[in-house]
Amino acid sequence: MLKSFWGIVLALVGATALAAIALHREEPVNALWILTAAVSVYLLGYRFYSAWIAARVLSVDPTRATPAERHDNGRDFVPTHRWIVFGHHFAAIAGPGPLVGPTLAAQFGYLPGTLWIIVGAVLGGCVQDMTILMLSTRRDGRSLGQMARDELGPLGGFAAIIGTLLIMIILIAVLGLVVVNAMKHSPWATSTVFATIPIAILVGFHLRRWRPGRVLEGSLLGVSLVLLAVVGGGWVDHHEGLRALFDFQPVPLAGFVIVYGWLAAILPVWLLLAPRDYLSTFLKLGTVALLAVALVLMHPQIRMPAVTQFIDGSGPLFGGKLFPFVFITIACGAISGFHALVSSGTTPKLIGNEGDVRLVGYGSMALESLVAIMAIIAATLLDPGVYFAINSGAGIVGASADAAVQTISGWGFPVTAEQMHRLASVMGESTLFARTGGAPSLAVGMASIFGSIFGRGLLSLWYHFAIMFEAVFILTTLDAGTRVGRFMLQDMLGHIWQPLGRTSWYPSVLLSSALVVAGWGYFLYIGVIDPNGGVNILWPLFGIANQMLAAIALCVATGILIKSGKVRYAFVTGAPLAWLALVTTTAAWQKLTSPDVRIGFFAAANDLAAKLAAGALPPEKAAVAPQLIFNQRLDAWLTLFFMAVVWFVILDMARVSIRSLRGQLVSRSSEAPYQVSRLAGRA
Amino acid sequence: MKSSGLTRALALAWRWLRSATGDDAYDRYVEHHGACHAGDRLLTRAEYYDESQRRKWSGVSRCC
Repeated sequence: MLKSFWGIVLALVGATALAAIALHREEPVNALWILTAAVSVYLLGYRFYSAWIAARVLSVDPTRATPAERHDNGRDFVPTHRWIVFGHHFAAIAGPGPLVGPTLAAQFGYLPGTLWIIVGAVLGGCVQDMTILMLSTRRDGRSLGQMARDELGPLGGFAAIIGTLLIMIILIAVLGLVVVNAMKHSPWATSTVFATIPIAILVGFHLRRWRPGRVLEGSLLGVSLVLLAVVGGGWVDHHEGLRALFDFQPVPLAGFVIVYGWLAAILPVWLLLAPRDYLSTFLKLGTVALLAVALVLMHPQIRMPAVTQFIDGSGPLFGGKLFPFVFITIACGAISGFHALVSSGTTPKLIGNEGDVRLVGYGSMALESLVAIMAIIAATLLDPGVYFAINSGAGIVGASADAAVQTISGWGFPVTAEQMHRLASVMGESTLFARTGGAPSLAVGMASIFGSIFGRGLLSLWYHFAIMFEAVFILTTLDAGTRVGRFMLQDMLGHIWQPLGRTSWYPSVLLSSALVVAGWGYFLYIGVIDPNGGVNILWPLFGIANQMLAAIALCVATGILIKSGKVRYAFVTGAPLAWLALVTTTAAWQKLTSPDVRIGFFAAANDLAAKLAAGALPPEKAAVAPQLIFNQRLDAWLTLFFMAVVWFVILDMARVSIRSLRGQLVSRSSEAPYQVSRLAGRA
Repeated sequence: MKSSGLTRALALAWRWLRSATGDDAYDRYVEHHGACHAGDRLLTRAEYYDESQRRKWSGVSRCC
């Protein structure tokens, strides 16, 4: 009775907040309305939809022993309190994705991105994460690839693994590009980010040699040093000689990132990866909490219009219409296929009771979605002119400050060179024009939020804190991703020549790591030399790939639901699957066939090739044109390959489902048999 | 009376923090080992840390 009362109150609050957003179309809306609407919808989704899914669709049974209980070994299988699993799972899924995607999608205005983040999470992302977590928990914590193989067939499993590896490569490249763009010609950012490497190594020694396993001590030491490094970076920036030492062009910075990634993949994990991860997790959780508090205290007005003219496809950050591209640009934060890998990896081995999958699966994703909402607020509270000046590549708005402000003001978003210069100088940067990738504009947004609450005089410090915070966990994702990519590649190479599959054989480690790094290093390099910023090509490619992985995960879930006789509930995963199939296929189709050079890969390649042949390109562009042409064609083939993989899995799922519905033979369910829990009832 | 309530709350928060960060993972392992595998050799703190990190980083444990 009390619960339904709170449900009704929540529904009213949510409806009021959504109405406030919808009716404020002509005047600025306050960010607090957006936050309130989002939180209310998440709570409603959690309270009602996730409970219904748990009871009816997944038949969650709290009396059934989980793998953590059945295989409890005190190491990887450990029944763990649900709030602690929630913390672990949230830390694992929340990366830089929900910060970058919404920042880029803000070019369409604040409304489309916000609505997709909220609705996509409640009906799609949270459902995917919770369902895959539950299915894996029922299958001894098997991975998505294994479940695809067991339940659909060997080809479905192979498709999932290949898809994952390729997504990883695109993801790392685009994240590397975000870091490079944040560091280029910024001695402060560069020296701070560089300093995090020896700090991580120091913490690594602390945790392995000096005080083994004392995670809190080590992390506290590391976080204090990293904060000092932010201050130290400011000092470097003011020092004439040191400043020059850390002032880099983008290409050498990309070289550093590539070499660093290779080293991180071949060095022992305790030395660099593990300690960096502890630092980034603490910083991430701390900063997100601080941002939430600051946003509530500051409750800023949103300055970006609800919807901009760029929904017609002419946006300066990336080309393409609102449909389908807002749904591609914001993957993490609404629905992210990558989460299915974490939900079918470490987390199911910690679940102490099946009842916990609601909080851990649905709840963690709702929280990640809230992070994405905060990112879109941070982007849209900026003056739109400033937002576009930071995020538009020189190839779009013009290389000089005067040309850029003229173009952007011409769009109806007034901005002056003087205003941009003043902003750069209070943020401690030499320029903020054409700082594509999303990190600098997010950092400006975060600095203005933090600055208005915790001291306006410290804006430059807050700006570089935000850059460092993003860089630290982007580099963690880069290290961890390269390593996982290496394991997958070794697994595949092992089928060709057995010794290559041995993860401890050093020549194979060196070779496979080099291959993975070369894969993402190539896309990173091309992104860096691209005069339009590179992010405009790579981010949509990543979004398409990530959404396609989600489609594969939802295929596995839908297939299992139908096989287990729950066809009337199959829409729970089937509807988001249909939506993603529509969105990704439309986006992929446009990326392949659009005659607009800012959307179509082939169109862009052919256009550039024609200009090159006609000698119409200035010499610096002509020098890189052949590489850009090759890359656009490669991206096109890659998109086609992604599309083929995902449709292959969809058809395979349909085949298995139809056979099952007709009562024909299908592979048996791989669910572990029921065993009564002895832990149930104990809190 | 009041202070004991506060102490209890702080102790609980501290336990939660240690548990959430994995700071007490070795202690829990030792406890589990004593209860279930008393015959086997007990890993040292450094060995346990090493093994847990290797295991953690051989699968997908971080996302975008």
